[in-house]
Amino acid sequence: MSSKLNVINPGPTKAKDRFFDRKGEVPTEYFKDQLFDLEAKGEIIVHRIEEGNYVEVDTKYGRKKKIPIQNTWHHKSCGQCGHIPGYSTSIFWLHRQLGYNYYDPKDQTSCTAWNYYASSASNSAAQAAIAIRNFAQAYQDGYFPLIHCGTSYGHYKETRNEILHHQGLRDQVRRILDKLGKPLVFPEEIVHYSEWVHAMRDQIKARQKLDLSNVVVTVHPACHYHKLVVEDAIYDRDLYDGQRTATVSGIVKALGADLQDYSTWHDCCGFGFRHILVSRDFSRSFATLRKIERMKEEANPDVVITHDTGCVTTLDKSQFAAKAHNRNVGIPVLSDSQFAALAMGAHPYKVCQLHWHGVDNRPLMEKMGIDHEKAWAEFEEQVERIKSGEIEFLSWEDAE
Amino acid sequence: MGSIYADAKYQDVPVEEKERLFQEVKADMRWHTTLYGCYECGICVAACPSARFYDFSPRVFAQVMAREDVHTFYELLNDSMWDCSQCFSCTRCPRQNSPGGIITIMREVAVKNGMQSAKTALQAYSRIIYKVMSTGTQVAPDMLQPDFFPDWGPDVVKVSENLETWRRAIPPETLHTTELAWDVSEQTQLELYLIWKLSGNLDMIETLDEGIFMILTEVMEELLEEHGYDLDEVEVLV
Ligand code: SF4
Ligand code: SF4
Repeated sequence: MSSKLNVINPGPTKAKDRFFDRKGEVPTEYFKDQLFDLEAKGEIIVHRIEEGNYVEVDTKYGRKKKIPIQNTWHHKSCGQCGHIPGYSTSIFWLHRQLGYNYYDPKDQTSCTAWNYYASSASNSAAQAAIAIRNFAQAYQDGYFPLIHCGTSYGHYKETRNEILHHQGLRDQVRRILDKLGKPLVFPEEIVHYSEWVHAMRDQIKARQKLDLSNVVVTVHPACHYHKLVVEDAIYDRDLYDGQRTATVSGIVKALGADLQDYSTWHDCCGFGFRHILVSRDFSRSFATLRKIERMKEEANPDVVITHDTGCVTTLDKSQFAAKAHNRNVGIPVLSDSQFAALAMGAHPYKVCQLHWHGVDNRPLMEKMGIDHEKAWAEFEEQVERIKSGEIEFLSWEDAE
Repeated sequence: MGSIYADAKYQDVPVEEKERLFQEVKADMRWHTTLYGCYECGICVAACPSARFYDFSPRVFAQVMAREDVHTFYELLNDSMWDCSQCFSCTRCPRQNSPGGIITIMREVAVKNGMQSAKTALQAYSRIIYKVMSTGTQVAPDMLQPDFFPDWGPDVVKVSENLETWRRAIPPETLHTTELAWDVSEQTQLELYLIWKLSGNLDMIETLDEGIFMILTEVMEELLEEHGYDLDEVEVLV
């Protein structure tokens, strides 16, 4: 009898084959309904992504999000441009290689949120006006904003919530923008560049030049990407069963690298905003003891890939002092844009600017099949041309 | 009844003053979406990076604010809140609280009121405030100096020694800068300054650091006048 029962009921499916398919109502209100409502009342302009110029992705609660493909206004990041310039350069390089039009504006300010989270020396009206001045500028320039910084991305989503729910704030911001001669514009989506990288991962893979199958990778997801206003971060049922954000892990998997997990995946990097500038003992301790050492012990990766300014900075720069204390550290840290660009054959110094990073990344390059000695000599040659006055700057043509 | 801390430092401060600041926090428009109560489950503490290395707890913030304990609130306002990393890992709270969000508001109140805790916490930081308010970018390549980042190792020395040429050896045209993270147009810098002024932020900076305030207003207002702005037309709108 029992054998008959077994035939009818083959037993529970294996955990790896099970998938939780969410059927319920989305637990959060939909910002787009409110945005379009305010537009219908004549209060704001909604900057839309052109038809035919986007890829749709899934977000945390199953809503779709549009990721613009091209004609993007690159909202740059202070820390990336200032201290890790290969990060932003790689984002631009990927657009150029895929043949997508973009605009790198000079009429953009920082979101100033690094300062805000560090000091709180600002207020909601100023923060919203700064966000909307940038959005209005992008609208007037005719390009859709693509946000490079994870904190700008998170902060702009917080700002969106405040603008949507507080008439008083909208009135204050409108009065400020009137003085600047700018309209009150909000984009229909707040899009992080790493979402663009995720959406483009098949195209990037199609142009991949390096074999990364023996490169072990751990991912650090940025707090302000997936914890601060959680609902429109990308989740994908093919990655972590849809239970963690797929951004970054998606491109690492697509490139065929060996993606490994570790127990403190959800932890912060220790950046701390104020701490990384003036109280770094905390940042260093957290970054090395809770993140780098855990990764080292549990996955021993060749590289950490992440997608925000503060995370690259803290995880990378904190390792020098820890090494001096004989801690178990020494993992290079790159952005997803740099990793994808390297995979597609970008120059490690002229494009990815790896000489601005702290941890020795030469063993990683060797594993990726990159001749770093030759590449450095090529970079130095360009530096000499600049020094001698032969060229003023390194051009894209020189770098490509 | 006083603070929950046996070694409370501010017992002499009149309760009316503590109450006034507490009400200022509660008057912030974001207050209602940062605190809904507290299960006392400690999930926020488990997720919190600052709780691991400081005598700091997001749970205490949620509970103290929910219980309207103005005495302990005042202790936190003067000390512990500056340890928060503002990472928002605590948004994992099953009660939908945002202890990090409560702290953002509390810090703003401390800065606005020119409290000593804010001045002390931000002492070494004010030059960054100057940078972001005057240029529109918060950190710049020329900050990569070994005396500012001695713990970042010899690479900082290499970058600072080669800064001029290495910045030119970056392909995007906007990144050939040393004093700004990218090339922000002067008009855009002025628009940002106008936002600070119109939103009442300069008053806040004056309370926090008069020196920074004076340099900032002098430099920027001269520039505004050069560009034909009538400063009498620019009054605080918020
Ligand atoms: S925002 Fe502050 S309180 Fe919340 S988890 Fe981060 S450090 Fe802790
Ligand atoms: S996670 Fe939320 S409910 Fe639990 S202790 Fe923290 S604030 Fe209270």
